[in-house]
Amino acid sequence: MLSGIGVSSIDELFEVIPEALRDPEIVLPPALSELEVMAELREMADRNANTHTSPCFLGAGAYNHFIPSAVSHIANRSEFVTAYTPYQPEIAQGTLQVIFEYQSMICALTGMEVSNASHYDGATSLAEAILMASNIARGKRTRVLLNGGINPMYLQTVRTYTQGTDLELESSPLLDGDVDALAERIDGQTACVAVQLPDFAGRLFSLEKLADAAHRHGALLIVVQYPIALGMLKPAGAYGADIVVGDGQPLGNALSFGGPYLGYMACRREHVRRLSGRLVGETVDTHGRRGFVLTLSAREQHIRREKATSNICSNQGLNMLVAAMYMAAMGKNGLRQVAELCYHKAHYAASEIAKLPGYRLVYDAPFFNEFIIECPANAEALNKRLYEEYGIIGGYALGSLEARLEHQMLVCVTEMNTADQIERLLAGLKEVVQ
Amino acid sequence: MTEPLIIELSSPGRCAVSLPKLDVPQAAELPDEWLRDDLALPEVSERDLVSHYVRLSQLNYAVDIGFYPLGSCTMKYNPRINEDTARLEGFAASHPLQPAVLTQGSLELLCRLQDALAALTGLEGVSLQPAAGAQGELAGVLMIRAYHQARGDTARKVMLIPDTAHGTNPASTAMAGYEAVEVASDARGNVDLDDLYSKLGPQVAGIMLTNPSTLGLFEERILEVTAAVHAAGALVYGDGANFNALMGKVRPAELGIDIMHFNLHKTFSTPHGGGGPGSGPVAVRSDLAPFLPGPIAVRDENSYVLHMPKHSIGAIKAFYGQFSILVRAYTYIRMLGAEGLRDAAESAVLAANYLQAKLRGTLPLPYERTCMHECVFEGRIKGAEDVRALDISKRMIDYGIHPPTNYFPLIVPEALMVEPTETESLATLDRFVEIVQSIVAEAHSNPALLREAPHNAPVGRLDEVQAARRLILSWHDKG
Repeated sequence: MLSGIGVSSIDELFEVIPEALRDPEIVLPPALSELEVMAELREMADRNANTHTSPCFLGAGAYNHFIPSAVSHIANRSEFVTAYTPYQPEIAQGTLQVIFEYQSMICALTGMEVSNASHYDGATSLAEAILMASNIARGKRTRVLLNGGINPMYLQTVRTYTQGTDLELESSPLLDGDVDALAERIDGQTACVAVQLPDFAGRLFSLEKLADAAHRHGALLIVVQYPIALGMLKPAGAYGADIVVGDGQPLGNALSFGGPYLGYMACRREHVRRLSGRLVGETVDTHGRRGFVLTLSAREQHIRREKATSNICSNQGLNMLVAAMYMAAMGKNGLRQVAELCYHKAHYAASEIAKLPGYRLVYDAPFFNEFIIECPANAEALNKRLYEEYGIIGGYALGSLEARLEHQMLVCVTEMNTADQIERLLAGLKEVVQ
Repeated sequence: MTEPLIIELSSPGRCAVSLPKLDVPQAAELPDEWLRDDLALPEVSERDLVSHYVRLSQLNYAVDIGFYPLGSCTMKYNPRINEDTARLEGFAASHPLQPAVLTQGSLELLCRLQDALAALTGLEGVSLQPAAGAQGELAGVLMIRAYHQARGDTARKVMLIPDTAHGTNPASTAMAGYEAVEVASDARGNVDLDDLYSKLGPQVAGIMLTNPSTLGLFEERILEVTAAVHAAGALVYGDGANFNALMGKVRPAELGIDIMHFNLHKTFSTPHGGGGPGSGPVAVRSDLAPFLPGPIAVRDENSYVLHMPKHSIGAIKAFYGQFSILVRAYTYIRMLGAEGLRDAAESAVLAANYLQAKLRGTLPLPYERTCMHECVFEGRIKGAEDVRALDISKRMIDYGIHPPTNYFPLIVPEALMVEPTETESLATLDRFVEIVQSIVAEAHSNPALLREAPHNAPVGRLDEVQAARRLILSWHDKG
């Protein structure tokens, strides 16, 4: 090869690097064989608790749901895993059709007209939705109203994304779920108002007033939704939401310590040219046969550069594939069943916890499968004992968000939690504070 | 060869999954007004589901099938052990909000990966949080902004970006509220120093430099570029998209790079997944570490904890990064070690130079220089002027390989950007050379063969104009 190139050594190919800086000593642990690497990583993995071996009552943005075997197996096909962005559509019809089907199923689930091919996660899809609303208002409206029921991690991400813009973020206090008060704050300077339903505390509320108020003032309504809840709940699209976003992880994706997940993002058709991220459309080939291509790419960074709707240049391809296969596997009845299992199990657990001495439910609003309990002791300390003595991964201790909430715990129950696990949680909660 | 839509396989009452019966007392139902009437998802059996997706997978080309020299994307082979380590139960089934004492293995892995990326770059602060290269860029530009603001220097509004840059650079710049100003390239494909000097000043916040550039060329006067930028009080952002050429060969910090992102899905062998997930960690020199996005895993006295840097730009996504991708990248680094990574970079550069040398004379080469990990040709054929780069690419499909990147970088007319990577055999490279030579011969003898290609793909050339005009974005749009 060297003689083909006309050089005598590989070093010659790197002469352009200043000599004093070339081939520095890099200190890394020595290379290992595959067998040794597997052993090392297995040892590390085993030092984590996991939801397969410990009952888990954590949600708060990442959810422990059943993943059908068929979904994991097909998602691992080499042809999906080791392909890239479908820049050559004639040899990427598999990926393209999966995206088209995913877009279609997200529209069905959310009650919206258009879906993109996914964003990084729920938090970034909300941030992108807010930038999109600002673009739709052509930068003339600068107020962004954020409900206190939005996942605080999502709010942090929104702050990060918007720090270089002139948008003014106005968020209600953490867990303040008063949407009527929020509706009253909307005015002609408001680009958008964003809420989460069910909210971070698991609560359900009506969107009607808010949608009316937003539209009366020409502002957009952005709603963050937990896709499993949409197996039974009326979707935000039916209430007139303009952009619906959320995390698609619960649709068949592993918890995997926080990622990769996918952010779904859907909007009304009139806004499609302001939507960020990839879009797949149907067309025909030279023989008139149906085929799929990336479309409206004139919105995107590789064409529009600094005028693009976003800098995003990938989607969460594999996670989107999993979400699409999960929705197809569950179908209309399966997803409803999963949602109902979550709902009934969570309500049973909540009503039994409320009977335990010293415990109470913090809110009496209707909820889906998450709820906040007030505990008779510091929730973090309580969680420690729940794991040590009962092998349970407890709910999310809210003291890490605000010290005043140190006795509160956000509990999540899904179809993965059996009656036995719920009884174990009840026994644990009762006994560790005695 | 097309496949029906999953909705066309639907039949009422079918479901591919069996779920358990409710084992607790039923709660009161929600009022009807809260509940949806219908959920128009497909209803299919498991057997039909699996066949549908397996058949769809067979319509894809992929690295595992063959040569995929898609420039700028580093389509190297993805070792299978990465998939197994990422799926270990202790990683895959762990919840991100488990208390730190219950995630010590994951946090240690994050720390070790941060250490490795710091060692390779000489940049001591690392955040693994950004989800993709473009998000790493946004994080980097926001850190540049935070750095200047912390010094009370609020007059800097401009980001310099060479004309060879990926479109993400100006797009990230705009998202961070800066104005993108283009810097020209010179005749050798380097940043034009005169143009750079004329544009530097107290209004400049930084420069976004891709090195090697998207022309596959190492910036020959990079020390002068970074020195001039620093002298103007601005910072140098290194776009790490092409780090595969440099792993172990030079530390970017020593070239004057202050901040850079990695594309773990390119350089560190994590799969591209049909368009993602990527992973775009950022590394910075130590005095910029307080601005990193977080939380970040750190070693405490005798355990690992999550920590938010003091002046962090904030969280750029939920949680700590694309964790299972980070496991794969760590696995790759652990398998190769420092020597293995350097070998990979050398082999990638060797392969690209080999193709450049073998095809010199077959296709026009706009820059006559030693290239790095990729080489860029002009897809123009003398005597067959109506054949375009796109036609050459589509014809390659008929030969059973994936085409190179087309029409990028923008400054090369009819660009064909070829990145063979280090994982391809000499036989594969030689076969590619033969294929290009055959196609050039066909362009003279039978140009229609190219213009109508591909002939052997699952579908023929697709009508992109109609797709944008009629806009059918879901099966609901067909009414």
